[in-house]
Amino acid sequence: MKPFQGTGCRANKPGERGTCSPNPSPAFYKRIAAGAQFVAGMALAAESTPAADPTATDPLWMVGIKAFLVIFGLLTAFAYMTLIERRLLARIQIRQGPNRVGPDGLLQPLADAIKSIFKEDLIVTRADRVIFVLAPMISVTFALLTFGLIPFGPKDAFFGYDPWVINLDVGILYVFAVSEMAIYGIFLAGWASNSKYSLLGSLRSSASLISYELALGISLVAPVVLVGSLNLQQIVNWQYENGWLILYMLPAFAIFLLTSMAEAARTPFDLPEAEQELVGGYNTEYSSIKWALFQMAEYIHLITAAALIPTIFLGGWRMPGFMEQIPIIGGLFALPYLWMFVKIALFLFFFIWVRGTLFRLRYDQLMVFSWGRLFPLALVWFLLSAMVVAFQWPVAVLGWLSLLSLVLFSAYVILTAKPKPRAMPGVGAGD
Amino acid sequence: MSIAALAQSMGITLKALFSKPVTIPYPDAPVPLKPRFHGRHVLTRHPNGLEKCIGCSLCAAACPAYAIYVEAAENDPNNPVSAGERYARVYEINMLRCIFCGLCEEACPTGAVVMGYDFEMADYRYSDFVYGKEDMLVEVEGTKPQRREAAYTGKPIKPGYTVPYLRPELEGVKLPKPPRR
Repeated sequence: MKPFQGTGCRANKPGERGTCSPNPSPAFYKRIAAGAQFVAGMALAAESTPAADPTATDPLWMVGIKAFLVIFGLLTAFAYMTLIERRLLARIQIRQGPNRVGPDGLLQPLADAIKSIFKEDLIVTRADRVIFVLAPMISVTFALLTFGLIPFGPKDAFFGYDPWVINLDVGILYVFAVSEMAIYGIFLAGWASNSKYSLLGSLRSSASLISYELALGISLVAPVVLVGSLNLQQIVNWQYENGWLILYMLPAFAIFLLTSMAEAARTPFDLPEAEQELVGGYNTEYSSIKWALFQMAEYIHLITAAALIPTIFLGGWRMPGFMEQIPIIGGLFALPYLWMFVKIALFLFFFIWVRGTLFRLRYDQLMVFSWGRLFPLALVWFLLSAMVVAFQWPVAVLGWLSLLSLVLFSAYVILTAKPKPRAMPGVGAGD
Repeated sequence: MSIAALAQSMGITLKALFSKPVTIPYPDAPVPLKPRFHGRHVLTRHPNGLEKCIGCSLCAAACPAYAIYVEAAENDPNNPVSAGERYARVYEINMLRCIFCGLCEEACPTGAVVMGYDFEMADYRYSDFVYGKEDMLVEVEGTKPQRREAAYTGKPIKPGYTVPYLRPELEGVKLPKPPRR
């Protein structure tokens, strides 16, 4: 398969357009078609297929080690994410949170793991046993597959090897394909449980996940069109040369942030596991480690989303560009890992914060928000950015458009804000 | 649904995130009690060291739970125990029966029996819940299990409470030290 000529279509200077075809759209769709074909055929085998990545220099054993490290790191991150989330939610509710196991509750994840492994593992009598057992495994496997794409530093930053597991030219497509597969886990779980609540929960969650996947996909097409590549590393490099994509793609960033929360079934969109209404959603009949696997999949989706957002929109593993000029810390500019971890932590905190604040949307609100607001918005923004690329306007136009959208959004917020209730006359606080 | 309201609520939770938790980690930290808390009774003394209790048994009569047993005896005029003619030779309160209503304190004509603050009286044997004079006189610190543990470990008694100030009725009772840290 031919590798993509990624950064050739940059639109920052009109003079550079010579290398690019005048109308990039057909080429782009060809790429997408090729990518889809590729993913359909080899999504699973992609990691070990050298043909997929002509630039790969790492030997296979090193890829194996890195894959193991990523999975180990993700599972540890999941375990401690639960603890951090519980502590932070507790602090938001002015409580203390779990602090009994180990110093400051640091061993709580271990206790949870032991508990969920040794609990009785129930399989419902009327369940479809094979699928019932398979569903959580599908969920967690496909959740784990995505993270290997995220670049954590420049080439050769991992002890002389590359700080990523796979370098796919179809990067973002692969992410979509794999995260779509996770819905199968959820749906099969609901179906195999042979229980009303599970089926309802799984139907709900498949519907919401598929709806949000649309807006998610469309919102990411805009930056892909602008950068001219699906490869995450080329996207990061493009941002190094032209500035962070959030400057040009603010609406796409906002939509992607919201939809990735929905993808991970986080609180404003956590209908899949609406405990108060559905007992537990699709995982009602699951117990012990199988239930923990579903939780694991969900949190790994969350961590992956928190890593994807900065990679695509916030300059990846590099620190903010203006800090490069500051003398002392400027040396940290290209430091691998550090900035990526900082950005991931920021977004994880944001997700927890949102969970501690917002309420769950009703089902119809959820659908209207996705199909009626996010999806058209994403489409409009995609059309705008495609126009900018197609007419070879300077990329700064997109920056201005982003600013305009921010202004419009703030105007909307200010205009729709309810007026504050007037102070009672005579109380003295007014005037 | 106003987006401004959503943003405002995010601000509220952020403020809460940086505020001090209201949780009192009780066994690790003492409980802040109000000064009029009804805890374990204290048998107070006059400033000259004589017991206030004159063994009149009015507390036992007032007790709705029949938790108090008093046995009075004549004072030795040369070496009096209490300030009156008689004193309580035996003064026992069964803490399992006591409902900590404070009626004994109200009935007492001399202000001898006063509700204190100790509440950590959980123990193993029935007989250990019957507190005698030796467990309730002002100079005695802590409850029976607390004193037993202190004698066993050699460490001072750690009170499980703090109070902002003492009621004047609790003559001679010492304020617990403010918590460490």
